[in-house]
Amino acid sequence: MTTEALFNIDFTNAAYIVAAILFILGLKKLGSPATARNGNRLSALAMLVAVLATVIGNDIASWEWILGGVIVGSGIGAYSARKVQMTSMPQLVAIFNGFGGAASAVVAAAELIHLIDTKVDIAENVSITIMASVIIGSVTLTGSFIAFGKLQGFIPSRPLLIPIRNVINVALLIGLVASTVWLVTDPSLTPFLIAAGIALALGILVVVPIGGADMPVVIALLNSYSGIAGAATGFALGNTILIIAGSLVGASGLILTRIMTKAMNRSLVNVMLGGFGVEDSTGVGGGGDDDRPVRSIQAEDAATILGYAQSVIFVPGYGLAVAQAQHQVRELADLLKDRGISVRYAIHPVAGRMPGHMNVLLAEANVPYDELKDLDQINSEFQRTDVAVVIGANDVTNPAARTDKSSPIYGMPILNVDQAASVIVMKRSMSTGFAGVQNELFFLDRTMMLFGDAKDSVEKILAEVKDL
Amino acid sequence: MFDAEALIIALTVFTLAIFVGYEVITKVPPTLHTPLMSGSNAISGIVIVGALLVAGQADGLLGQVLGAIAVGLAMINVIGGFMVTDRMLKMFRRSDERKS
Repeated sequence: MTTEALFNIDFTNAAYIVAAILFILGLKKLGSPATARNGNRLSALAMLVAVLATVIGNDIASWEWILGGVIVGSGIGAYSARKVQMTSMPQLVAIFNGFGGAASAVVAAAELIHLIDTKVDIAENVSITIMASVIIGSVTLTGSFIAFGKLQGFIPSRPLLIPIRNVINVALLIGLVASTVWLVTDPSLTPFLIAAGIALALGILVVVPIGGADMPVVIALLNSYSGIAGAATGFALGNTILIIAGSLVGASGLILTRIMTKAMNRSLVNVMLGGFGVEDSTGVGGGGDDDRPVRSIQAEDAATILGYAQSVIFVPGYGLAVAQAQHQVRELADLLKDRGISVRYAIHPVAGRMPGHMNVLLAEANVPYDELKDLDQINSEFQRTDVAVVIGANDVTNPAARTDKSSPIYGMPILNVDQAASVIVMKRSMSTGFAGVQNELFFLDRTMMLFGDAKDSVEKILAEVKDL
Repeated sequence: MFDAEALIIALTVFTLAIFVGYEVITKVPPTLHTPLMSGSNAISGIVIVGALLVAGQADGLLGQVLGAIAVGLAMINVIGGFMVTDRMLKMFRRSDERKS
């Protein structure tokens, strides 16, 4: 090896260390909303350092194709980042997960072709990690596409149960192992392409049976996969910054996945097996309760109750995002604060369609982040609160989760809305939530139902409170 | 041929990075979990490095086209991920710094 080549490799690896440090510091600064924006800039700087180090330290044979890819990719990325609505953020993250996985799979393909063309002996650890990269990357690609479709609504968000799907999945897994063994013993493109095809099919089959409200878990898991696919590519190419950054993303996705499943009191296996919310509650806990009486009120009544309260907690759920009512809710909150009323927001970890989704929607409506409280911070406060206002949230407020052992949501951590002095629930109808059970909260003496579109209802309350 | 040394080095880096990631990311508050995920999208765009390496070493047309596709896909994540994360993070304000 010439001195110059040696210098290049050392220079690149030294720059990679700098990039790794910047990535870690960037993530550390995400620990507080006050420093998070700078943290994101540090991560972007880390990426720039890594890219420049790679370009400077390696001989790039031709630039035309690369520049084409850079221009098209940057254009699509910038356009979607500017245009996306905050309500559609889960779809954007889902499709980006897919692109990340696809990029790893394509890099694996190009590397394998290069190794076969140059007719070198391919080390087993390289061929195995090339397979890992294409398999995880391909599963991530199609799985993310299905998740995107379910969130966007062009694929039915209800669980689609394919008969004998578990038998099919096991057969596909065996196929993946067999093609990996084939590639390791006799490297060629055929087993690689077979594995890619199987993995693409597997991604579809695994996500299709999972229902829409379980998508936060799926997106978090696919987020993790896109990182792990990148790390596997790093193993195949012997590239440290790919391994480090890929692992950071992998860890992040896994942590979020665990937080989500804990918040639903379900295991990851239970979520991934799919079918949740499909008629598993007939007769137990839910059915037959629907004809019990509930107390229904009008917007004027709600305005009076809110206007003369001392403390109010809003409990937003996905229904708020669907109704696009976040701006009206913030206006109402401002009005109440002007009357000297304490206002806070209680946000369940699985509210919305992805982790933290509700917080972003409320931040967009200019709600200060110090008013957004999570489960642990707010749950002891409900018993000291005059009015809890539930907007478009359902299962996460059902007290049956604490008391009714026969309920399918028993044991799930919920917001203790039922402990507030009075409760206003804004809802379109008495329909059940994702878990398929009726919410015991609606039948309490202290609960008042305000039926109708959330945005309409809040607007009416706003007008009434102004006149108080 | 099995390159045990390369594998061990890679595994060491991988294991340590997972632990560092776990420690740092458990400290991200729930209110920032969506920007964390879009930021992770951007960071997973690090595969741009791999894409540049395979595109740069490609001699045939197929390799160059695959390299360009990988570069494009990774760049969507890098540019899109960092930009959308910044767009979200600049909306987060404390009560005392709110525009009225």
